[in-house]
Amino acid sequence: MKELSKKVLEGDIRAASRLIRNLEDQIPNTYIAMQEIFGKTGNAHVVGITGAPGAGKSTLTDELICAYRKKGDTVGVLAVDPTSPFSGGALLGDRIRMLRHAEDTGVFIRSLATRGAMGGISKAVGEAIHVMDVLKKSKIIVETVGVGQQEVDIINHAHTVAVVLVPGMGDEIQALKAGLMEIADIFIINKADRDGAGKLYKETLNMVNMSKDNKNGAQGWRIPVLLVESVLEPIKFAESVEALRDKIDEHYQYLIDNDLLSERMRRKTTAELNEALWGTILQPILKDLHADGEINRLVDKLLTKASDPYSLAAEVASKYMK
Amino acid sequence: MSNRKIRVLLAKPGLDGHDRGARVIARCFRDAGFEVIYTGCHQTPEMIAAVALQEDVDVVGLSCLSGAHNYLFPQVAKLLQDKGANDITVIGGGIIPEKDMAGLYEAGIKEIFTPGATLDSLVEWINNNVNPKE
Ligand SMILES: Nc1nc2c(ncn2[C@@H]2O[C@H](COP(=O)(O)OP(=O)(O)OP(=O)(O)O)[C@@H](O)[C@H]2O)c(=O)[nH]1
Ligand SMILES: [Mg+2]
Repeated sequence: MKELSKKVLEGDIRAASRLIRNLEDQIPNTYIAMQEIFGKTGNAHVVGITGAPGAGKSTLTDELICAYRKKGDTVGVLAVDPTSPFSGGALLGDRIRMLRHAEDTGVFIRSLATRGAMGGISKAVGEAIHVMDVLKKSKIIVETVGVGQQEVDIINHAHTVAVVLVPGMGDEIQALKAGLMEIADIFIINKADRDGAGKLYKETLNMVNMSKDNKNGAQGWRIPVLLVESVLEPIKFAESVEALRDKIDEHYQYLIDNDLLSERMRRKTTAELNEALWGTILQPILKDLHADGEINRLVDKLLTKASDPYSLAAEVASKYMK
Repeated sequence: MSNRKIRVLLAKPGLDGHDRGARVIARCFRDAGFEVIYTGCHQTPEMIAAVALQEDVDVVGLSCLSGAHNYLFPQVAKLLQDKGANDITVIGGGIIPEKDMAGLYEAGIKEIFTPGATLDSLVEWINNNVNPKE
């Protein structure tokens, strides 16, 4: 594992991808490699791109890569697609929109499957961000799965979250319902060629202006609403994505200038510690309970109402935690 | 470790633009429990090799109907070997004449599937011949 982290720190792409895979597959001792890496992280700007299925997130990400490369940034992309609950397999299709960057060594794209996680990203995303970070990517873009209701875990990992809305889906209401309003730092109105894009733009602007209780409002960041030109007009599209890039960077600068970055880092780091505690304390206990069939005996006690979950949990806790 | 998932890159190098067959295979692989990175048509061997490394796949599945397989397949295998990725299994499919097979195996293609092959036989071959990385 030390060998692997050494290679990653030297910039070896395949080693980096393998490390991410070990994290996804929860291979024992992978954390040893992460111990080597953690101290060197925290340099990249992490950008989340989220929105409904098919909203155009990958297409935007592809153009955003160009915009950042033009500015001299290096880019890491983590593209998350859902795992099939039936087979455990996954069709990872985001990358097909980003093929033109395949041979650019300043761009590292990695597809991830959710592996059963419900929050719109996968459990390994936080750590995969660290891996991309030590590969010295200055911008790390995380494309979430198409979100529906409460899939907003991206907020725990990104500095800047861009929410993509498209006309014709009743998105503005949907966005409010789904709590996207609370996580958005920037709204993008996409697919400008479609009927209703202008209307959606105005409605979203209204919605943003009316809401005083969003997380940024109090701190003075006015959530911008950006109308991105249609991909069918490539030159205009590229220009408007450059404007999007500048807006994303402006938000990051805003966080830095107003001492808000540390707040976000604290949230991100707290989430990570939570994960690590969960993995280190609870996971082994659960494994133990499953291994010797104890879990079934406990469940039997519940089914016969011989006990209740709270007493059993307390019992387990007193056995394992001294 | 049983958590290991087999990762497969499916790509169509070359100029022919029909990818219906490849899409069907991609879905079938997903249903077999593999993680499939599907990248569609018109790719150069260089692009395919770069993507295979970035995605840390166990298998690269190439499909070609244009007749250029004698160049494209070995080229992908060679680029992967050059990058030290000999452990990635390269397989191919398409309309491949019997006479070309020996040369392709020679070049490092591990198995060739012709249009008669069933989807099940593809999945079975991968399950039997590919060990996800340790
Ligand atoms: N009409 C129109 N179609 C677009 C536009 N941008 C993207 N699309 C199309 O929308 C479809 C979905 O685009 P993607 O970029 O894959 O969307 P996505 O949000 O990444 O999709 P998922 O990852 O599956 O949730 C594709 O067929 C795109 O070509 C646009 O500006 N106008
Ligand atoms: Mg996508």
